[in-house]
Amino acid sequence: MMEAFDILTTASLWAAVLRIATPLIFGVLGVLICERAGVLNLGIEGIMTMGAMVGWLAVFLGAGLWTGLLIAALAGAVLGLLHAILTVVLGLSQHVSGLGITLFGSSLSYYLYRLIVQVGDLPPTIEPFQQLHIPVLSDLPFLGEAVFTHAAPTYLAIALVGVTAWVLARTPLGLALRMTGENPAAVEAQGLDPLRIRIGAVVAGSALMAVGGAFLTTVAFNSFFPTMVQGRGWICIALVVFASWKPGKALLGALLFALFDAYQLRLQHVVEGVPYQLFLMAPYVLSIVALVLVARRARVPEALMAPYRKGER
Amino acid sequence: MRFERRTDVPWGIVALAPPGAIAAALVLCAGLIALAGVNPLAAYAEMLNGAFGSRLAVTETLTRAVPLILTGLAAAVAFRARLWNIGAEGQFYIGALFTAWAGHGAVTGLPAPVAIVVLMLGGMLAGALLLIGPVVLRLRFGVDEVVTTLLLNFIAVLFVGMMVEGPMKDPMGFGWPQSVPVAREVMLPDLVARSRLHIGLIFAILAAGVVWIIQQRTVFGAQTRAAGLNPVAAAFAGVPLSQTLILVAMLSGGLAGLAGAVEVIGVTGYVTTTMSPGYGYAGIVVAMLAALHPAGVVAAAVFVATVFIGADAMSRATGVPSFIADVIMSASLLTMLTALLFTTYRIRR
Repeated sequence: MMEAFDILTTASLWAAVLRIATPLIFGVLGVLICERAGVLNLGIEGIMTMGAMVGWLAVFLGAGLWTGLLIAALAGAVLGLLHAILTVVLGLSQHVSGLGITLFGSSLSYYLYRLIVQVGDLPPTIEPFQQLHIPVLSDLPFLGEAVFTHAAPTYLAIALVGVTAWVLARTPLGLALRMTGENPAAVEAQGLDPLRIRIGAVVAGSALMAVGGAFLTTVAFNSFFPTMVQGRGWICIALVVFASWKPGKALLGALLFALFDAYQLRLQHVVEGVPYQLFLMAPYVLSIVALVLVARRARVPEALMAPYRKGER
Repeated sequence: MRFERRTDVPWGIVALAPPGAIAAALVLCAGLIALAGVNPLAAYAEMLNGAFGSRLAVTETLTRAVPLILTGLAAAVAFRARLWNIGAEGQFYIGALFTAWAGHGAVTGLPAPVAIVVLMLGGMLAGALLLIGPVVLRLRFGVDEVVTTLLLNFIAVLFVGMMVEGPMKDPMGFGWPQSVPVAREVMLPDLVARSRLHIGLIFAILAAGVVWIIQQRTVFGAQTRAAGLNPVAAAFAGVPLSQTLILVAMLSGGLAGLAGAVEVIGVTGYVTTTMSPGYGYAGIVVAMLAALHPAGVVAAAVFVATVFIGADAMSRATGVPSFIADVIMSASLLTMLTALLFTTYRIRR
């Protein structure tokens, strides 16, 4: 029993928390930006898969790691644009379009991967991002390993939480975006174009989701394989509800989820006689429980999922 | 040029939408096949041949269509009521799991036809229960069912994994994680001799007929449509919304669970964690291609089955990755969604 508590005091657990949380942080920010502008983006699972494949493939074919992330972001933006054309411009069902993007993005990723890469017994690998060594900080006891020896994209993710929060709360662009998610007619009355704002939000959000996917293949692992996203996109959709559509809370939610996930992975080795599937189920169960706890209090953007047509009431 | 909402939808346009959408998707995917250095027309011909070129191919395609008809119906009845059941994959597995468990021991002693009916009803109930959870959470706590049904898919597959590696593990399975087989007597009879095609095809088509009658000829069917079109107006008109949604959930989850049950007693004889190549998700594509119409579901399921069986054969012959089947399927979902736009709007100059 003591062993179960001892896990919590190991620096490697807390290092794993940040590592597991990073793709979720990118994804959750992407979902948040789309939904604050009023568009549900269930394409996330496929966009993350596409980002994971494209980012990895770019590096495999000789691009630098950061270039790989950028190309992943572009691929995500293209899928996002497709979702925006279907849901914002044409006003089609956001549920069905999003699921379509997920199925399309995933299957296209698998197809292109098989087409371009010769897969032998083992999937080919790349040289992934290395852990940073920050003078002084990385050498601190405990905190050094837990917080200050991650790969650079992890710190980028955390910085982006601050940037997103600031843009949403303190800039005219952020105000316009939030207003578009609450009352697009009022945005139009201000002389702004709510459709353009929505398209921009979906494209930008999708780019972030794809970077989250690319983190899996360029930092966490060094190869791409089908179904590697494993529902992380759906978890992000749940986390945004849990976070009440606020960036700070979204970061907290992603960290809590990652803590739980990292803890159950380690607990598997300590607790005997319990099927490992029960541990793997726990994060999904936790997400559902969290949704039930917050759903009543959640402040959903007023115009979420409502297509906007100019001049139509 | 602008869009104008149609006051009435001519049925000709509705009937033209799916073939048009499929044609558009095939044109788009032709580019991807060309990327592989294969002539797209030759590849498509190879696919048709692979799906219908021989007696065996036809029976394989129809065998594949059976679970797709049922999961397609599951999505269609749910979407019609704006109940976003994305959990047909999980409901399929739970239905399959129950059937494999009960078919191994619990129904022995019953006459075979009775046992088969019990297994199918049990599979339906298992699938229905898995969807009632999310619907109750939506009605009681306002939790969006999209996320909960999606997450339950992962939980369901893990649960199946736990059972087939634990209490239900087949000791004769050479270490493969598969469940103990169901009794020989409860396996569905073949529809065509010396093939895998079983009478589940008849059950699936009957299910489509039953769903059509429910939707067209019953008060519940009318209430479902009303609840989907405009819940607020429906509530004013006296439609019991919660009750309607629960019944829709039982029907939708039940159909997906039935798909799993029929797959076990029709094809595999046992349950594994890889027995569904995404039947639940493909059901959504089937339902959309059918414009949520039960008769259309049967046709759309045969189309999706054709793509999958045909792509396997085409891939073996030409080397084009068989993932092209999933690409064609998902592309036709997106083109169909766009085509539906023309059934609700027309373009005016």
